[in-house]
Amino acid sequence: MDKALQDSLFTYLLRLGDSQLVLSHRLSEWCGHAPELELDIALANIGLDILGQARTLLTLAGEVEGLGRDEDRLAYQRGEREFKNLLLCEQPNGDFAQTLVRQWFMDHYHQLLFTGLSQSGCAPLAAFGVKSLKEVNYHLRFSSGWVQRLGLGTEESARRTQAAIDELWRFTGELFVSDQVEDALAAAGIIPELSALAPRWAGRIAEQAGQAALTLPERAAYRQGGKQGLHTEHLGYLLAEMQSLQRSYPNMSW
Amino acid sequence: MQISDHRLPRCWEVLKTVTDPEIPALSVTDLGMIRGVDVASDGSLCIRLTPTYSGCPATDMLEADILGALDGAGLGPARVQLDLSEAWTTDWMSADGKRKLREYGIAPPQGPACGQYLIPSDGVPCPQCGGGHTRLLSEFGSTACKAQYQCRDCLEPFDYFKCI
Repeated sequence: MDKALQDSLFTYLLRLGDSQLVLSHRLSEWCGHAPELELDIALANIGLDILGQARTLLTLAGEVEGLGRDEDRLAYQRGEREFKNLLLCEQPNGDFAQTLVRQWFMDHYHQLLFTGLSQSGCAPLAAFGVKSLKEVNYHLRFSSGWVQRLGLGTEESARRTQAAIDELWRFTGELFVSDQVEDALAAAGIIPELSALAPRWAGRIAEQAGQAALTLPERAAYRQGGKQGLHTEHLGYLLAEMQSLQRSYPNMSW
Repeated sequence: MQISDHRLPRCWEVLKTVTDPEIPALSVTDLGMIRGVDVASDGSLCIRLTPTYSGCPATDMLEADILGALDGAGLGPARVQLDLSEAWTTDWMSADGKRKLREYGIAPPQGPACGQYLIPSDGVPCPQCGGGHTRLLSEFGSTACKAQYQCRDCLEPFDYFKCI
């Protein structure tokens, strides 16, 4: 692999690893606060799977970079501008409906993306895809089942779920926008073409939204920039909490 | 590299005694997590371990327990190498492991992990009374690998080890 492609792979692994890390942190914020014990356990379980995925990806990113940074160094010692996660992942939990809709959007995306990554020409990334796909199948059952229940539940649950879709829809465009990093990797057979995933994602979301009597916005002013390190106002607060121990006591461990 | 090393059979015996911290009835070999044992060029034993779930917090502890057990048996130095090349599946769990799981009170995975048969809504036999009238309570349980069911016959709730 030439140097330019290796740099692209490092950046991509950060984008994917950071997205998983930030999303798992958001899910962990529900610990002890979910509407029911079973939901608390489910959200913590899903968060744990996704945190494990982040660990694999950030470890791999450090190896590809070759400067001796491990998963912890990458997670705890980078600032907001150095995080390359999707904007959708950093959006606040809001109410239960907003968390579920965010997860539903991401789970469908993960299922398509990880299916593509299972065929990656980069062996560790292919192994990651196969492994993570098994986990996301369970996550998607949970999130799509709840979107269905909330959409067809009470007037209140349907209103909140619809509001969550309307609020978060503008962050979904970024999932499928590629720049030179992803274009180079897709051309080399290392990741799937992101734009090719978009219609399949939209089709599955539209089908399930229809079954849940929910509607999708027809157009939106799509927001992007997370993958380049330009974030919404929410990420800084999340990192402040997640990194506080390492920032207060640099390099401490137990 | 020696293919047959006198330590290898003993090493496998020792690995059979290293149990999962969350499910102490099962050893790492029952779970099929040990993918191989090699002798490295420096003569140390190299244990290839495949974690069950990406985020399973027991993985770090298992690594330490494996090294501790091998050292204790005088087989050290050894090291554990995480092998992610093939994803762990419940198909690797031994028949003996499934029996031990049931005896411990956890329903073992039903059928092969084909992806379609994710969570049976009913019909997972109760590990307590053996009854077949059970229902799904929650798709997520006390650890990443389990779902929660309840038996309609004896009314006991129980864990089910999910197919993956």
